Amino acid sequence: MNATISQPGPAGNHAGRKPAPAVVMDKISFSFSGTRIFKNLSFTVPGGQWTCLLGPSGSGKSTLLRIISGSLGPVAGTVNFDGERRNKRGTAWMAQKDLLLPWLTVAENVLLGARLRGEITGRVHSRAGSLIEAAGLAGYENRLPAALSGGMRQRVALLRTLMEDCPVILMDEPFSALDALTRLKLQDLAADLVAGATVLLVTHDPLEALRLGHRIHVMTGRPATIDEALVPASQPPRRPDDPAIAGLYASLLDRLTGKPQ
Amino acid sequence: MRWGRMVILAAGLLLVWQVVVMISGVPAYILPGPVRVVRALVSHSGTIFRHTLVTGMEIVAGLLIGTVFGAVSALVMMAFKPVKRWLFPVLVISQAIPVFALAPLLVLWFGYGIGSKIVMAVLIIFFPVTAAFYDGLRQTDSEWLELARVMDASPLAILRYIRIPAALPAFASGLRVATAVAPIGAVVGEWVGASRGLGFYMLHANARMQTDRMFAALMVLAALALFLYASVDRIMIRLVYWQNEAEKET
Repeated sequence: MNATISQPGPAGNHAGRKPAPAVVMDKISFSFSGTRIFKNLSFTVPGGQWTCLLGPSGSGKSTLLRIISGSLGPVAGTVNFDGERRNKRGTAWMAQKDLLLPWLTVAENVLLGARLRGEITGRVHSRAGSLIEAAGLAGYENRLPAALSGGMRQRVALLRTLMEDCPVILMDEPFSALDALTRLKLQDLAADLVAGATVLLVTHDPLEALRLGHRIHVMTGRPATIDEALVPASQPPRRPDDPAIAGLYASLLDRLTGKPQ
Repeated sequence: MRWGRMVILAAGLLLVWQVVVMISGVPAYILPGPVRVVRALVSHSGTIFRHTLVTGMEIVAGLLIGTVFGAVSALVMMAFKPVKRWLFPVLVISQAIPVFALAPLLVLWFGYGIGSKIVMAVLIIFFPVTAAFYDGLRQTDSEWLELARVMDASPLAILRYIRIPAALPAFASGLRVATAVAPIGAVVGEWVGASRGLGFYMLHANARMQTDRMFAALMVLAALALFLYASVDRIMIRLVYWQNEAEKET
């Protein structure tokens, strides 16, 4: 596990390319069954970094991800990627549930996007193979998801997300259903493999945000507002004993509970 | 273990049957004992076998055609919403008419041969398959669909790679129900008008008070139905292989 973490990530394929774009949302408004979730919300996710979005359940965090990915259809306001309109394959999405298809093997699940688009090629296969190996899943390629542990399943989901090779990755509490140790390992693996992409991670775990985020925001209220970014001094992924984590934990909790700073 | 229990159960039932017949002294033309029935089965095995082949063929053909027909109509209803709005009520109405009432008509239209019996079986099989498969197709996990859309999958690719496989367990239970009721269609068809088949043979024996032969044919029919069900069950377990895997693991 540790050996794979120290390696440069296979998804560092963004390195030789143009840098991952910033996601710029401008004056987003959205209502759901009569409730105003967002009203003229403007928010920017800087390119090539991990931005963590914290907030209580039901604050609209997942909805915001769906607006960025386009799953909700058109909404009032604009979303652009570095000034350009979002194209069809601009984002990859990773959810809390692993969403593995139980009738497909590990390798087939990793290749799901390519299969759905009819883009299976030798190159795609070999990339999937090297990702599976980097994630420590070698030997499990032909197993069904039912034979895997929760942590392994979520690793497969991470690889499926990476295979999309999208510059923008949206993560909706992907580690929250895992036990503490598995979560720690998977966070490191994700930080390593995803390096270079623009990531918006929605979570309700302040520690997770402090470990992984270049920038940390808190979303509260209805209609929801997003506060100024908290920017820890050190680079993520931070070790659990990083002083930045201990130093910012209390103030982050205050922001979450709405106490005056 | 499972088979052992089955054998003991069958032997027990046969024993009770034989004892009841012996004690009560019912005449054999009302209720023949199992020994008598087996003797009739052995001495007429050739004839019964020929009729069994006919009935078996009718059921299998009905199953194949009914399944294909049912699966296709479920897919069409899934793919084209307007078709669903018009076709589904028709299907429900068609189920309100008892197939038994249609049997004489079907014999009139499709003749005394196996054609009318196959149509009969198809009519019975078609609905459970369509309803179960369509339900399965509709109830795909919405997050799977969202994931596929974010991956920019076409509706056809979603149908092929996600909706259809996800609906296979529901399809399998529909087909199991259909297999259990399929023999009814064939036999009722044979009762109404036929010159071959187990249903015809039973009616023929009944009219001549050859009750032991009738029971013999009934036993063979039950065995045939069980065999078909077990075969379909086997195939369905293969078809939804991942579910058994899940059961093994937990």
